[in-house]
Amino acid sequence: MNAEIWLPMAFAGLMALSLLMYVVLDGYDLGVGILLPFAKDDDKDTMVSSIGPFWDANETWLVLGVGLLLVAFPKAHGIILQALYLPVTVMLIGLILRGVAFDFRVKAGVRYKGLWNRVFAAGSLIASMAQGVMLGRYLTAFEPGWQAWAFALLVGVGLSAAYVLLGACWLIMKSEGTLQRQAIGWARYGVFGTALCVAAVSLVTPLVSERIAAKWFEMPEFFLLLPLPLLTLALFVLLLLMLPRLDQRLGQGDQHLCWLPFSMAVGIFLLSFYGLSYSVFPDVIIDKLDIWEAAAHPQALWVIFIGAVVVLPAIVAYTVFVYRVFWGKTRELTYS
Amino acid sequence: MELDALILARIQFAANITFHILFPSITIALAWILLFFKIRYTKTGDTAWLDAYGFWVKVFGLSFALGVVSGVTMSFQFGTNWPGFMNTVGNIAGPLLAYEVLTAFFLEATFLAIMLFGRRFVSERTHNIATFLVALGTTASAFWILTLNSWMQTPAGYEMVEGQIVITDWLAALFNPSLPYRLTHMLMASGLTAAFLVAGLSAYRWLRGDRSSGVMKALRTGVLSAAALIPLQIFVGDLHGLNTFEHQPAKIAAMEGVWETQRGVPLLLFALPNEAERRNDYEIRIPRGASLILTHSLDGEIKGLNEFEGMYPPVAKVFWSFRIMVGVGLIMLAVSWVAAWQLVRRKMLSPWVAKALVGMTFSGWIATVAGWYVTEIGRQPWLVHGVLATKDAVGDVPAAMVAVSLTMYLGVYVVMLFAYISVLFYMARKAGSNGPASMGEPGKGVAR
Repeated sequence: MNAEIWLPMAFAGLMALSLLMYVVLDGYDLGVGILLPFAKDDDKDTMVSSIGPFWDANETWLVLGVGLLLVAFPKAHGIILQALYLPVTVMLIGLILRGVAFDFRVKAGVRYKGLWNRVFAAGSLIASMAQGVMLGRYLTAFEPGWQAWAFALLVGVGLSAAYVLLGACWLIMKSEGTLQRQAIGWARYGVFGTALCVAAVSLVTPLVSERIAAKWFEMPEFFLLLPLPLLTLALFVLLLLMLPRLDQRLGQGDQHLCWLPFSMAVGIFLLSFYGLSYSVFPDVIIDKLDIWEAAAHPQALWVIFIGAVVVLPAIVAYTVFVYRVFWGKTRELTYS
Repeated sequence: MELDALILARIQFAANITFHILFPSITIALAWILLFFKIRYTKTGDTAWLDAYGFWVKVFGLSFALGVVSGVTMSFQFGTNWPGFMNTVGNIAGPLLAYEVLTAFFLEATFLAIMLFGRRFVSERTHNIATFLVALGTTASAFWILTLNSWMQTPAGYEMVEGQIVITDWLAALFNPSLPYRLTHMLMASGLTAAFLVAGLSAYRWLRGDRSSGVMKALRTGVLSAAALIPLQIFVGDLHGLNTFEHQPAKIAAMEGVWETQRGVPLLLFALPNEAERRNDYEIRIPRGASLILTHSLDGEIKGLNEFEGMYPPVAKVFWSFRIMVGVGLIMLAVSWVAAWQLVRRKMLSPWVAKALVGMTFSGWIATVAGWYVTEIGRQPWLVHGVLATKDAVGDVPAAMVAVSLTMYLGVYVVMLFAYISVLFYMARKAGSNGPASMGEPGKGVAR
């Protein structure tokens, strides 16, 4: 196949992978941030400790995802980011606030700790909402009008709920005692919110574009794709059913399956993300610009592609290494 | 000056990058200083080195976090405000930015976890390697971004095809004429910024009566590195100026306030460049000084701004930024040499020198930012010298919207900067009152 055909496809794949890594990884730490005000003061340090070693690297996936959009699809990058100007700015402010509150909450004086805790939670919520709004605006191809904006806001709430689900499941896996039991309750709220988000997006995207509707509802694609929504639905139901049982088991001191909710939540993200990518591909702006029209010069793509192929496996390897170092239940973080 | 979308977008970019550069300019060099502390501890077993590490790694963690969040903002700005940049020079900027993320950002962000919190979980050796990899990552990041910036100043190895640049010679593009000077100048600027920060906060602790061995070791490290680096930096800065003289003469003309081409140009110590009348008011000059520095001849010719009609940068801003940078550099020389002399010869510091060091804690920031203003404002009206004008790269986001985002950024930056500086001094006070021993024992340090 011609490089001008497959290179943009490869980059679309890499970009999707980075964004998926981002929503899952930063998703759980944003979720933990949103949940912070609902925890007891003693548990707040544990919550922050559970994400402390990871958030920097998690956020780097966003830089990579946006970076790939910038370098591989420069035309789309300019159009998308200018159209999303306000939500992007709000998201960045949110990310700045939470990123620094991480450090300030323990390094500033004790009397400011409550303040920085609130900044941390607010920043996390602002960033999550803004990302959902960005997704919503993107899916309606930046259509003006209050309906499109209302939909974007709905996706904002839904994505925040989805992050809460991930964050709560992360805490079920990484904590013990009252915090862990409390997280089970949070996760149940998260399931409902996430389901709302997934349903809204699934209903609206086919309405926005005939091309997307055709991709899903024509025969035989409809039957071939049917497992995707069914599997997602099954995961939601299973997760909802298992949370109370897990609560019982944890009450008896049985930690064996504490990783299961997080895996299932990640499964829901994977399936939803796959569905979205299927809808949008091969466009980079729905019905307006496809990946080949938006692609950078093949020369630049080659140079980056070689680097990515060589370096990405190393990144994955050392990321796994660091997760293994901090494996298991969260211990208090110290610098010594 | 009318506040249109272009000028607002420029102010916003300048504000973002000014805020951002503060933190990498600390972390690039502080990472190597921390590696030095750590290696000294491993070699000697002296826990004072570990105390020094324990305090400064916290400063590093905080500075790094601010660098990350302000850096994420930068990566979005290209698209939100300057789409013309990538559309024109994406074939060089894209690969360089991508390689920065792939080879540097992930490396530093991931191993930072082990460097900050991992000492209890991994061997001393693995921890040292993680510290080394973070230092390597910060420096690699500086290499890629300075390669891109240097290419924007002195583009090479390319041709224009249908309004886009295409790289014809990658080695020439990467190692473009100004890269060696700019990279060395910036790495040394980072070294000086970190050295004066370490010396300044240590002197602050020393003045408050905290004279533990760990504080003294950090103080000596800061002062001696500063004293060693500053003459080298002045030398490299001079070479960098000569390189600019060759490739961007309009920038030099603005830096020296030379309106008309002439021989035997004086060095201006003070002047108020008068753009309207095309002359300088209130000059204080050293005859033939500028010619001597730039051409190594008393009546060497320097091209004046008259040769670049309509294509030269705002003179007063460049002229004064340059003088501020050089001025701070000279004060750095004086303070660090006096302090070094006292520490080496008398093994003691006099209080007024310690106070001077405290006053110089953030002097590296001033010099670095002023230096960047010289080179970036000095490149105007170009975004990429001779290739792309700044006004042609700006997007079409309305002015009101840029005004809103700019206001939000400025508000957040002011608060963050205030909080950062206060927290550093608070940490220095607290470290003294806790007693130095608490750093070395597990479980007693302060969690993030």
